[in-house]
Amino acid sequence: MEWEVVIGLEIHAQLRTKSKIFSGASTAYGAEPNTQACAVDLGLPGVLPVLNREVVRMATKFGLAIGAEVAQKSVFARKNYFYPDLPKGYQISQFELPIVKAGTLTISLEDGSSKEIGVTRAHLEEDAGKSLHEDFHGMTGIDLNRAGTPLLEIVSEPDMRSAKEAVAYMRKIHALVQYLDICDGNMQEGSFRCDANVSVRPKGQQEYGTRTEIKNINSFRFVERAINFEVQRQIDLIEDGGEVVQETRLYDPDRNETRSMRSKEEANDYRYFPDPDLLPVMIEPEFIDAVRKEMPELPDAKKARFQSEHGLSDYDAENLTATRDTADYFEAVLAELAGEAKLIANWMNGELAARLNRDGIDIQDAPVGAVAFAGLLLRIKDNTISGKIAKEVFDAMWVGEGSADAIIDSRGLKQITDTGAIEAIIDEVIANNPSQVEQYRGGKAQLLGYFVGQVMKASKGKANPAQVNQILRDKLSG
Amino acid sequence: MTAMHRMTLAELVGGLSAGDFSSSELTRHFLDRIAAHDAQLNSFITVTEEAAMAAARKADEARAAGNAGPLAGIPLAQKDIFNTKGVRTSCGSRMLDNYIAPYDARVIEGFNDAGAVMLGKTNMDEFAMGSSNETSWYGAVKNPWDTERVPGGSSGGSAAAVAARLAPAATGTDTGGSIRQPAALCGITGLKPTYGRVSRWGMIAFASSLDQAGPMAPSAEDCALLLQAMAGFDERDSTCMNEPVDDYSAGLTQPIDGLKIGLPKEYFTEGLDSAVEARVREALKHYESLGAELVEITLPNSHLSAPAYYVVAPAECSSNLSRFDGVRFGHRCDNPKDLEDMYCRSRGEGFGDEVKRRILVGAYALSAGYYDAYYLKAQQIRRLISNDFAEAFKQVDVIMGPTTPTPAFRLGEKADDPISMYLSDIYTIAVNLAGLPGMSVPVGTVDDLPVGLHIVGNYWSEARLLNIAHRLQMDTDWHKQIPEAFA
Repeated sequence: MEWEVVIGLEIHAQLRTKSKIFSGASTAYGAEPNTQACAVDLGLPGVLPVLNREVVRMATKFGLAIGAEVAQKSVFARKNYFYPDLPKGYQISQFELPIVKAGTLTISLEDGSSKEIGVTRAHLEEDAGKSLHEDFHGMTGIDLNRAGTPLLEIVSEPDMRSAKEAVAYMRKIHALVQYLDICDGNMQEGSFRCDANVSVRPKGQQEYGTRTEIKNINSFRFVERAINFEVQRQIDLIEDGGEVVQETRLYDPDRNETRSMRSKEEANDYRYFPDPDLLPVMIEPEFIDAVRKEMPELPDAKKARFQSEHGLSDYDAENLTATRDTADYFEAVLAELAGEAKLIANWMNGELAARLNRDGIDIQDAPVGAVAFAGLLLRIKDNTISGKIAKEVFDAMWVGEGSADAIIDSRGLKQITDTGAIEAIIDEVIANNPSQVEQYRGGKAQLLGYFVGQVMKASKGKANPAQVNQILRDKLSG
Repeated sequence: MTAMHRMTLAELVGGLSAGDFSSSELTRHFLDRIAAHDAQLNSFITVTEEAAMAAARKADEARAAGNAGPLAGIPLAQKDIFNTKGVRTSCGSRMLDNYIAPYDARVIEGFNDAGAVMLGKTNMDEFAMGSSNETSWYGAVKNPWDTERVPGGSSGGSAAAVAARLAPAATGTDTGGSIRQPAALCGITGLKPTYGRVSRWGMIAFASSLDQAGPMAPSAEDCALLLQAMAGFDERDSTCMNEPVDDYSAGLTQPIDGLKIGLPKEYFTEGLDSAVEARVREALKHYESLGAELVEITLPNSHLSAPAYYVVAPAECSSNLSRFDGVRFGHRCDNPKDLEDMYCRSRGEGFGDEVKRRILVGAYALSAGYYDAYYLKAQQIRRLISNDFAEAFKQVDVIMGPTTPTPAFRLGEKADDPISMYLSDIYTIAVNLAGLPGMSVPVGTVDDLPVGLHIVGNYWSEARLLNIAHRLQMDTDWHKQIPEAFA
């Protein structure tokens, strides 16, 4: 039987505020356990939450970016359940009235087509703390630094039909929240993570199959793997005459499998009700207008502009707008090197991307910044160095040896463009290879490449290749 | 000179500033009275003698230096629901018997800023759930007028301490009548302000949408002085309103002729003790003599207030009390087997029966499939009740009736009958559901037990209510009476 996969994602994006969503404690990552948890975060008796205005602005930005209606009235609700790292015994979230209503997002697929994915809603909530199970000798340690960190939970429609689509959607949201500057997108630190709802159904069937929810996946690779594993598990189960049970599952990246966490029967009744400590959030149209004015250019618009303004290909433009940092880098280089968009794109998508990938770092952490990078490309453009030499210079820049010009100078890599100097090298090569000269003159034209190679070698790669070609041709034919 | 404990708060403020006595002497006097009499009443959970004497000395120094606050050196008792830095804050529960608060509630800050001296923390029903002060982990409080009887609750310790003049005045909190009902049963004056008038920061939550702190003192004039230190905007409480704070003492003596007093016919029906009604009618007659006009009104949804209240309040409390889980503070059971065992036994041991009853009721009302029928319906009723009051205030300036249907009942009399206990707040809870201000003022006795007149005003009318109560107290002395054993 042919199966159709149905996937919906719930993405948790940590909002990039200085302080927590309902308290003044810092949200900075990595502090000593429980040093960034104030009385409110600890849920001490008598404390009260006060909404951080900044999270409302950030959620509004997101709503505008996906073409959604920003709710004029939204309400914080309590989601009640007991867990040691949930200090109050309830999480303040939004339930019936979320701040962002339905919107859409277009993803690009590998075959070059695009697809629209529905976003059901996005709501604000507080994060819980962290339970630490190691180092406590059979006990559990609790770190509440993260408790109260603001999250935007972005819920999609079940519109994705493959793990690849799910990843494309997740990447798109990831890029978007960074473009909006509302989330740092750091997945290792848990700033951006998702739950995947997965089901399968026979192709052509209208009703959805029973779904399972895979919790807390924090990398694009794991999302793809976890979904693929889960899809196969469900298909195997059904084909063997079994039934999918509605449950929550955990993905174990070490064993590449999902495991049951709790079934629907064991699921909590969260007893949601409006939080009486917080008033409804009322958003005036003027507020939304003000936020609209500060909206940055979004990825799709930027990509279109890169194509139309700079004549870049769809492929180049897509890659250069994949993250806001990449696009910013590109534009910073372009500012130094006007009119050279194609050269910049080639080098960014080629040599720069390869080095970032090799070292596993993000572009904003690249050891060669945009201005220095432009300095390198400028020397290609003005024929000071060849593309080949430029790679060597780039490597040296990458390990901190200085600017492109300094390295070209100190290593003596400046291209030889002095016709006299090139002629002298060529004369020597011709003198040292009498038999090859004879063969060439006898009609073996393909030997030109051999001579070019010899000249480049003798010049240590510094001779201008175009000049070498021209002079060689003249001299050999003479 | 009159004994210091027989003076009103205003007289004590005057005596301190005239140098008739020092705060140290005054504070010592009340500490001595607590030591001498509280064994009979059990009105204090914690007496902070050393800190009180230190604060009194500080107040005396401040006064000598010429920078005394409005309540400088005045000893007060604080309900044990308010967080008080460095002092046990138990909320009347075993759960918090070991809990030393690391910060001060806004109400406490207000009194500290005004220079007041804290004598200690008063007994209360556990987590403010009760109408008799019998649910306290620290034992029942006795009514100073008859120690076989309850003082009312949940602010029973504050009411009893003030009635017996073990403290010149105290604070209370009122979720369904917890200031007004014990004030009535103990013969003192109590005011529950408009919801949002006093910050709830640092006040341990019972039902967040109903809880409000207020003053409890012999007289309306005293309450005005206390409220001045309590009221005001606080950005730490999102439900606290940024409304201007009146000068509560300024208009106390204003004439009240032409005042329209609404008498809800629903409050003068069966269930109301006829002798209590008689005292209330006498007070109403006195208001007529002061130029007020009595108008019969109707609050047609009154009968729905108790059912709605006993859904909303437990629902909120079931969630508010989830933080008491044995993880970070408060009671934790010995040798828990695992997490669930820790939760079950810590909460099972830490909470008393009435608290557990309300958590169960509330969790039920909020659970999937019941939410619409209970919680949502109760919130709709709440709107109807508010509308009833809004209609009434189109015709009248204030609403009056009895604070409670009967005088103080006997200890144990209703302890096993929650429904009958709940009905002792029948006249007060609608006011919390609507968020309105309400007062109880002593207007006589029945068989030597005090009776309270309930005065309800429109939003933010605290100054007017205090004025109306004070006008009555200018002509009567029920608020000056002290039980013989404590005179």
